[in-house]
Amino acid sequence: MGSTVKSLKGQHHQLADSAFQLNVLQQSRRQGDEFPAFAERLREHGLYPLTPTGTTILQVNVGKMCNQTCRHCHVDAGPDRKEIMTRETMALCLQALQRAPQITTVDLTGGAPEMNPDFRWFVEEISAMGRHVIVRCNLTIILANKKYHDLPAFFKQHGVHVISSLPYFQASRTDAQRGEGVFEKSIKALQLLNEVGYGQEETGLLLDLVYNPSGAFLPGSQASLKAEFKRRLSSGYGIVFNDLFCITNLPISRYLDYLVQSGNYDSYMQKLVDAFNPAAAAGVMCRNTISVGWNGYLYDCDFNQMLDLKVAPKAMQHLRDFDVAALDARHIVLNQHCYGCTAGAGSSCGGETVK
Amino acid sequence: MENTYYNPADLAKFGNISELQPEMGRKFFDYYGEVFKEGALTEREKSLIALAVAHAVQCPYCIDAYSTDCLQKGADENQMMEAVHVAAAIKGGSALVHGVQMMNKIKELTM
Repeated sequence: MGSTVKSLKGQHHQLADSAFQLNVLQQSRRQGDEFPAFAERLREHGLYPLTPTGTTILQVNVGKMCNQTCRHCHVDAGPDRKEIMTRETMALCLQALQRAPQITTVDLTGGAPEMNPDFRWFVEEISAMGRHVIVRCNLTIILANKKYHDLPAFFKQHGVHVISSLPYFQASRTDAQRGEGVFEKSIKALQLLNEVGYGQEETGLLLDLVYNPSGAFLPGSQASLKAEFKRRLSSGYGIVFNDLFCITNLPISRYLDYLVQSGNYDSYMQKLVDAFNPAAAAGVMCRNTISVGWNGYLYDCDFNQMLDLKVAPKAMQHLRDFDVAALDARHIVLNQHCYGCTAGAGSSCGGETVK
Repeated sequence: MENTYYNPADLAKFGNISELQPEMGRKFFDYYGEVFKEGALTEREKSLIALAVAHAVQCPYCIDAYSTDCLQKGADENQMMEAVHVAAAIKGGSALVHGVQMMNKIKELTM
């Protein structure tokens, strides 16, 4: 299931270096001219500098460790990544939440967040604070080891909102992106989640899926793909789910490597640039989200986190100095990868941003 | 002039056809946009039809555009290849059905 594939970092690949990635993003096209600067596009539409609309979501990346090594992973996660959040840093998150009641949602991501040994403690603590907890579960983790088999029951017990990636309703494209055998295991895991009530009407247990293209193309209409996923997963496997979120792949880390290796980088960037939508730009998720890294540093989003672009104000770049009111006055850090969130109907961890 | 009749970069310049006849160009693209909206057929079904027609008319621009569009709209590889077979069947069938005309002529001219 792809677990023998090494991360870019494990391969000592130059794209494991965030500065190198930023360099690639700044380069000119093969024809010599440059892609228009993202910040300039925002300026043209009166959106520069981009500022928060008010933070309501804390997205916490509890570590890069994962049982999968997906080809498009912007985190460069994998079994060979050992960077995970300590309980002390999680405690700083809890203190930050205590001081910021306006943050109503905590979105846990990774890697496979469940592989962090303090994951369950963290979920219990956040849940006890009455905050809405999202776990971005890769599905296969539920079957990866006996100790994870009870995750559906654990999620249910704490009313966790489960959001899981399933790039396609067939094995071919799912396995091409996420590793051999991932589709079959994902289907089994979805059935286990359904069995405890996830995705079923009237249980209140939310199971959403994330679709992101398995290749160098953009996602189509979310409503249309949702209808097709519902039809195929129901008729093929008896699976139900609540919502489907379309996420555009951003040109960083392993997806950037794929684009460069496959000769698709220029044309993909051009697609993103051509699909720039000011309405999507106004609704980007960095305007209501703060992203926390495994070591407690703060970012405008999980993508900026992987590019090591910390929040701009130097005095508040770590959880120790968390002050949501001050952070809400910051200017969001932008770069060329941001075109990924403003293409077409927009893209965020909650799918399309233009309703 | 280009050295080849077809240049992939020209696909992105499709809109430029309006430069020499703006009114007709506008009307065409408005119509085009309307045709491909979700209606009695889904956007995905329309994209698959377009892919089949692209093969029937052997337009490389359209094949590029609608292969990408079908992928974006969530069509799978089997559906896309079946659409191409529909085009092939109709093209092949349209050649073969003229065999009846040939047979009619044979009948007319032979003893």
